[in-house]
Amino acid sequence: MHRVTTLIIKELQTLLRDRQGRILLIMPVLLQLAIFPFAATLEVKNNTLAVLNEDAGAESIELVQRLARAQAFSSVLFLHSESELRRTIDEQQALMVLRFAPDFSRSVSSGRPASIQAILDGRRSNSAQVALGYIRQILQGYLEDRNRAQQRVALSEMTVRHWFNPNLTYVRHIVPSLVAIITTISTLIVTSLSVAREREQGTFDQLLVSPLTPGMIMLGKTVPALLVATFQATIILSAGVFVYQIPFQGSLLLLYSSMFFYILALSGFGLLISSICSTQQQAFLGVFSFIMPAILLSGFPSPVENMPTWLQYLDWFNPLRHFIVIVKGVFLKDVGVAALLHPLWPLLVIAVITLSAADWMFRRRLG
Amino acid sequence: MRGISFRRLKALCRKETLQILRDPSSNIIAFILPVVMLFIFGYGINLDSSGLKVGLVFEDHSPEARRFAESLVASPYLRITVGSTRAEIAQEMTEGRVRGFVVIPQDFAEKLKRPAEAAPLLVVTDGAEPNTANFVENFVRSAWEGWLQQRAADRGEPAPPTVTLDPRFWFNPSAESRNYLIPGSITVIMTVIGALLTSLVVAREWERGTMEALLASPVTRAELLLSKLLPYYALGMVSLFICVAVSVWLLGVPFRGSVFVLWLIGSLFLGSALGMGLLISTVTRNQFNAAQAALNAAFLPALILSGFLYEIRSMPAVIRGVTYLFPARYFVTAMQTLFQAGEIWPVLLRCMLFLAVASAFFIGLTALKTRRRLE
Repeated sequence: MHRVTTLIIKELQTLLRDRQGRILLIMPVLLQLAIFPFAATLEVKNNTLAVLNEDAGAESIELVQRLARAQAFSSVLFLHSESELRRTIDEQQALMVLRFAPDFSRSVSSGRPASIQAILDGRRSNSAQVALGYIRQILQGYLEDRNRAQQRVALSEMTVRHWFNPNLTYVRHIVPSLVAIITTISTLIVTSLSVAREREQGTFDQLLVSPLTPGMIMLGKTVPALLVATFQATIILSAGVFVYQIPFQGSLLLLYSSMFFYILALSGFGLLISSICSTQQQAFLGVFSFIMPAILLSGFPSPVENMPTWLQYLDWFNPLRHFIVIVKGVFLKDVGVAALLHPLWPLLVIAVITLSAADWMFRRRLG
Repeated sequence: MRGISFRRLKALCRKETLQILRDPSSNIIAFILPVVMLFIFGYGINLDSSGLKVGLVFEDHSPEARRFAESLVASPYLRITVGSTRAEIAQEMTEGRVRGFVVIPQDFAEKLKRPAEAAPLLVVTDGAEPNTANFVENFVRSAWEGWLQQRAADRGEPAPPTVTLDPRFWFNPSAESRNYLIPGSITVIMTVIGALLTSLVVAREWERGTMEALLASPVTRAELLLSKLLPYYALGMVSLFICVAVSVWLLGVPFRGSVFVLWLIGSLFLGSALGMGLLISTVTRNQFNAAQAALNAAFLPALILSGFLYEIRSMPAVIRGVTYLFPARYFVTAMQTLFQAGEIWPVLLRCMLFLAVASAFFIGLTALKTRRRLE
């Protein structure tokens, strides 16, 4: 035990010794914390709405005024011809053009169903669809107001509630995901690069001939990663709660204990990568080729269920995918232990597989 | 500054090319990484939620309620699972097995009959996935609108006063997100290749001291820079065309521009990416730091701040300002336009202008930094 503690202390000293190393541990975290929540959003704000109004009535004008007040659109462009419409979409001057037909107001005021043509930029089809959703809500509100004014009751009314995130703000999706992503990056870099550096400098062989067993060496490489990653996760969590004002719903104990298993699973990957690589450059490429797909397929940029089925199965081995579910579940939804078991057991399986594979690789180098 | 001797330049380029071809890691970065990344982007990143799992709770078992439920089931975008109670389906949603649920309350049919009251419906979504929640709401809403009109038509009543939207997606009629995500992801891939490859390889020359040896030889600065740029430019061009070929022929993304314009814009972008890589390696002169800097200065901004996935217009003004500094932003716009819309010159020319400025900036700065080392 004493030997392992010494090794851990030595590892931490190597990590924190120079200024550049300390900066690399904290700066990227702060930077990402400052940029991601604002930039990585699929919300639609500040866009331009273009209107081609062939209708001279009051209803279309009223509607356009309502739309112009929406947060999604900061400016409204009035078009006058078909060719202008084409140019507006082609040159991306607006996300969409709403075209009111000449009989629009007449249809609305006589109570007939009316429709508005929406021409959207297919190069930004997701934003366009999100904006369409906002416009549908505005239309709905407009119809309800009209009904109320005419003291007519609609046949049916639909109430929509967004649980866990009433205004559907992206920050609530990003900050918990960021907790998971940052711990991933730092755990992998700390474990795999520290072994690769020792290997490049030849000190790894010295470690192997010391009285430390391969298991102890692995422990000595894992614990610092655990400390660093937990520290960084704590920074992001506190920033999420105190700076971004996201209420923390669940139990901290549950979150930190699942994080422990997650970091174990990850350091298994990190050690495995480093046991294959002999230089830092290789280790870096290895880590990059792991982190990049792990993040892209984690469900953070786009939902896992939108992937093809075979990829979803393959993605089962991606620990980040399971951990994001855990962090979001505890942070936003206050899920209990029973609900956590579902994403937690894959992490345990992955940890056992990768750690024993890494152990085997280290032993093989000894023999 | 002396001119360029083509004999020397040719020799240097030959040496560089041999080095690239010999080095397995640069071959992996240039040829294997792009294809693997493209497949991950192509299959993994998809914003089109179709077949969304949505729960349904009948608290009213009337024929009217069932008819409304049929319109939900008929929606091609929704996969409905019926739960017995609100609490049960709410638990399903909390654990992520459904993305939302619809409740048909007890008094639904009752109030539908009475003209003085509106029949209530409740839709709950999982806000922890905001984009999906938007889609749940939109799809349920349009199924509901369809039901209202169908019901009026069946009963021979005048249709309720509605205003519907009739969306037409230009360039991308079925609104498939991969059609614009894949062209955008080529930008991320080319940024990684251009910046990572040059920064790693040139940093290695500095680390090993062979760069100093080169600087001490009669080679001029222009020759030196060109000998680093040209072979990697050729390599980058080959990976760009591999990416485009894979996107068009294997992933089925339409390409409506011309190959010549693609080459032109690709060259300008590669100029800036290689320039950035060279600059990073000249400044750091250390492989490990160069790789980390390349990751932070090239990969992450290309992923987050380029507009490939996240709409730049929606970002706060400060961050929007920052995005103008990254060449990836212009290449994303140019690629999306080239693939989807074809040659729309006002858009393409603006991108080309910015890319040309970025290339000149990075290469020029590298030239300046290289001279300082000589003195």
